[in-house]
Amino acid sequence: MKDMMPDDISGEYQEHMFSYHDGTHRKVLFTNIETQLPEGSLIVSRADLRGIITDVNQSFIEMSAYHKDELIGQPHCILRHPDMPAAAFGDLWKMVQQRNKWHGYVKNLRKDGGFYWVYATVIANIRNGDITGFTSVRRRTSRTKINEAETHYQTL
Amino acid sequence: MTHNFTVSPDFNPSHISGWYIFNTWLQRAINEEIHLELYNSATEQRKAIADDQVQLIYANPYDATALVRDKGFIPVARADNKTDEAIIAVNHESLILNVEQLTDGTRISSTDDPDVRMMCMIMLEPAGLNKSNTITIQRDAYILIAKDLLKNDADIGFFLEDTYNELSDITKKQLRPIVHSQIHVIHHLLLVGPKLAHKKNDMQSSLLSMVDDPKGAGVLKSLNFERWIVVGQEEAEFMIDLMDTLAE
Repeated sequence: MKDMMPDDISGEYQEHMFSYHDGTHRKVLFTNIETQLPEGSLIVSRADLRGIITDVNQSFIEMSAYHKDELIGQPHCILRHPDMPAAAFGDLWKMVQQRNKWHGYVKNLRKDGGFYWVYATVIANIRNGDITGFTSVRRRTSRTKINEAETHYQTL
Repeated sequence: MTHNFTVSPDFNPSHISGWYIFNTWLQRAINEEIHLELYNSATEQRKAIADDQVQLIYANPYDATALVRDKGFIPVARADNKTDEAIIAVNHESLILNVEQLTDGTRISSTDDPDVRMMCMIMLEPAGLNKSNTITIQRDAYILIAKDLLKNDADIGFFLEDTYNELSDITKKQLRPIVHSQIHVIHHLLLVGPKLAHKKNDMQSSLLSMVDDPKGAGVLKSLNFERWIVVGQEEAEFMIDLMDTLAE
């Protein structure tokens, strides 16, 4: 994944370097500007078995601030915000690979450095008995739930 | 042998004659005897499905899940440029301007259509509302939901967007939507059951060419459809996965 570029960022930003299991790194730039998911909007995406994005809906594109062709083929962690500890996603892969539904409150990072909170659900796509990919739906949640999640993630 | 066809009860009552016309057209197109049976509620329709009395159905996305996964129905087609969206509306004089102003004890007027109910309950989550802290008044028809709002017997009403848009202008002037869903990717589907599945290809080719035939175009108009488009198994499976993610 490419590093985030200062020219894409709106407002004052901080830097964070993510290191991934495959030995690669990504520099992300983030601000404290929040965008709220519009009422009634659902963000939908699909990923392959490696977590690579294969399809997104219009709400995903609008909220992430990326173009569709910048998203397709990228790992879902393109949206990972530095405030989201790895432990917050802890059992996601295990749950969905065991064909269970995963839910969680997630702070996502936009291309412009801003963020948005969602309540995310991920399930496995099962075809002829095999897992062929994953579908994720993200929706707006209450400020109370966001505050609880923020407090909890600071302890992880 | 006569096959039973039914339509999800959330369709607009003004299209009842359109579905009968469509049924007559379809019987001729695929050379099969088909009886159209319309049910008054989702509960009645679901019982008929459970009793294997339905072989062809224009199903809402929620019911499509069980039909495909549990009953072996396969997707045939869907109406082009029609997605299933929901609206939460209030009396136009209500002080409620958005979902987050709603509080515990909110009175909801709703039909038993599961897809609309699910989409609307999701839209209430930002206000911290759920089944346990709201009061539901169940009605058999969307017009009764509008009446509940007009008489202030309910604080909010759940509507299928298409049905809301086809309420009379006088009724709509007295209501106000506070939120529309923007899901974009779920639809009603025409599904065929195992006993009629051998006619799927005939149905698809007839439905696709309907728009080019003057009689067929008239039938489409009576349903308020632009045209039918074919739905493949994977498109249906994707929608079903999506419904699964939303169902609690």
